[in-house]
Amino acid sequence: MQSTESLFENIRKDFPILTRKVRDNKSLVYLDNASTTQKPNQVIDAITDYYRNHNANIHRAVYALAEESTEAYETARDKIANFVNVKNRQELIFVRGTTEAINLVAYAWGRPHINEGDIIVTTEYEHHSNIVPWQLLTQEKRAKLEYIGMDDDGQLILDDLDKYLATGKVKLVTFSLMSNVLGTITDAEKIIEKCKAAGVPTLIDGAQAVPHMKVDLDTLGCDFFAFSGHKMLAPTGIGVLWVRKSVLQTMSPFHGGGDMIREVHKYETTWNDLPYKFEAGTPNIADVIGFGAAIDYLTKIGMDNVRQHEIELTKYAIEEFSKVPGLKIYGTKDITKRGGVISFNFADVHPHDVAQIIDEQGIALRSGHHCAQVLMERLDVAATSRASFYIYNTKKDVDALIDSLNTVAKVFKL
Amino acid sequence: MSGGPDIYHEMIVDYSRNPINYGEIENHDVTFHDSNPLCGDSIDIDMKIDDNKVTDIKFHGKGCAICMACTSVLTEITKGKSLDDVRKIEKNDVLSELGLEHLQAVRIKCALLSLKVLKSALYTYLGSNLDDKTGIDTLKTDAENLY
Repeated sequence: MQSTESLFENIRKDFPILTRKVRDNKSLVYLDNASTTQKPNQVIDAITDYYRNHNANIHRAVYALAEESTEAYETARDKIANFVNVKNRQELIFVRGTTEAINLVAYAWGRPHINEGDIIVTTEYEHHSNIVPWQLLTQEKRAKLEYIGMDDDGQLILDDLDKYLATGKVKLVTFSLMSNVLGTITDAEKIIEKCKAAGVPTLIDGAQAVPHMKVDLDTLGCDFFAFSGHKMLAPTGIGVLWVRKSVLQTMSPFHGGGDMIREVHKYETTWNDLPYKFEAGTPNIADVIGFGAAIDYLTKIGMDNVRQHEIELTKYAIEEFSKVPGLKIYGTKDITKRGGVISFNFADVHPHDVAQIIDEQGIALRSGHHCAQVLMERLDVAATSRASFYIYNTKKDVDALIDSLNTVAKVFKL
Repeated sequence: MSGGPDIYHEMIVDYSRNPINYGEIENHDVTFHDSNPLCGDSIDIDMKIDDNKVTDIKFHGKGCAICMACTSVLTEITKGKSLDDVRKIEKNDVLSELGLEHLQAVRIKCALLSLKVLKSALYTYLGSNLDDKTGIDTLKTDAENLY
């Protein structure tokens, strides 16, 4: 059997972009995986093969190409359902990404279910995509948006949740399974248990979690779950919304148009079966198929191996970062409670200056507020630098980052 | 051209460490705030205006080294100038002072945020103090089209 280390060494060969040079002939060190991941040949080839050999619209025509396209599209749905242990494929809706998934819920579930005075609860470490749709909804409905606070270790303060649930007015609790800034893994079981006891549905933003660890929706017990393909080797513009069937049946359509209908008459329409009721228009067929190829790729590696690889890398990075004077890491150092996302600040140097200087060494590092300004306010910083890992990153990448920070120190005379 | 790390020369780093005209003017005649939504740079400029001249100018806020250095330089250029001359300040007046004429597109907004704030501040001031407001809209358009 192949050792885990050599397994991950070999993975790099599948990613053509990792061999290219950037800037002044520097090898690319890609550390912005929380934002989007690179794509292996298997995914790129699946998309090309679809356009070269099978391209046709799905679900309608009877000719050979249409049949092949439909089968490839629906097979990808089954692969993805299986990957996150969804038993009923009717509950899995294709969307553009996590942002669209959450907006779909806010519109198609939120509008008929949220009324004046109701409370929606989110958390202080959410991405803007799990804040703004709820602001829009609560403002329109004269409802309230409340936040579960975060302690200095980057963990949610669940007493806040108890306080809101006790009002009896909470209609939805929504949270990220892993923070895109701190890497904190949320104690979803505990939150869901509390919400179930109070009869409140839960939505999970799984964009950062699903690419990096095993997620089992059958046992998790939430009601809505969203994630994106492009953060897990698949193309951009394709993601998934899963909704428990009993809840999905209470939702009105999101977009009206082709494919989502059963019968259209001049003044009335009946809806197609689930999940097609929520997939209006010609979908992103090629990228769904690409998503399926990404799922095959990750399944072959095994999500437990992915998680283990990132634990080792993150542990190493935190150890090495801790040796750099003036470098402050945000969030917990308990490796069991966090994923491979490390946000930091380097002395008084602005993260944009850090990112630009080390870009000259070929290192792609993210700087800014990471679409989490509520969290930046909580941390009392304008921005952070962020390194985030994936399956193709190695300890050498961490070393390159640490080395490049020396250049920053030199330029800024630290 | 990526623009750096050569762009991080002594002057930029010094200005970012010790910004010029940093602070607030309590009895300012005009103040204006703006920020860059993507990177979070955030600048306030206060001005004291007497006899159609900028007699004092200060800024405060948070930003990267490029942003802080350019804002420092801009306040130095502006101080003591007549309002007519302040209106004529162009982006290259700031960028050339710091050798940033070839700054890449993603960083240009860091360099020019303060000029945008200055133009908007002047527009605000003239809008409430001029009897003849003809022509001041170009300031607003200039600010909007800076980057």
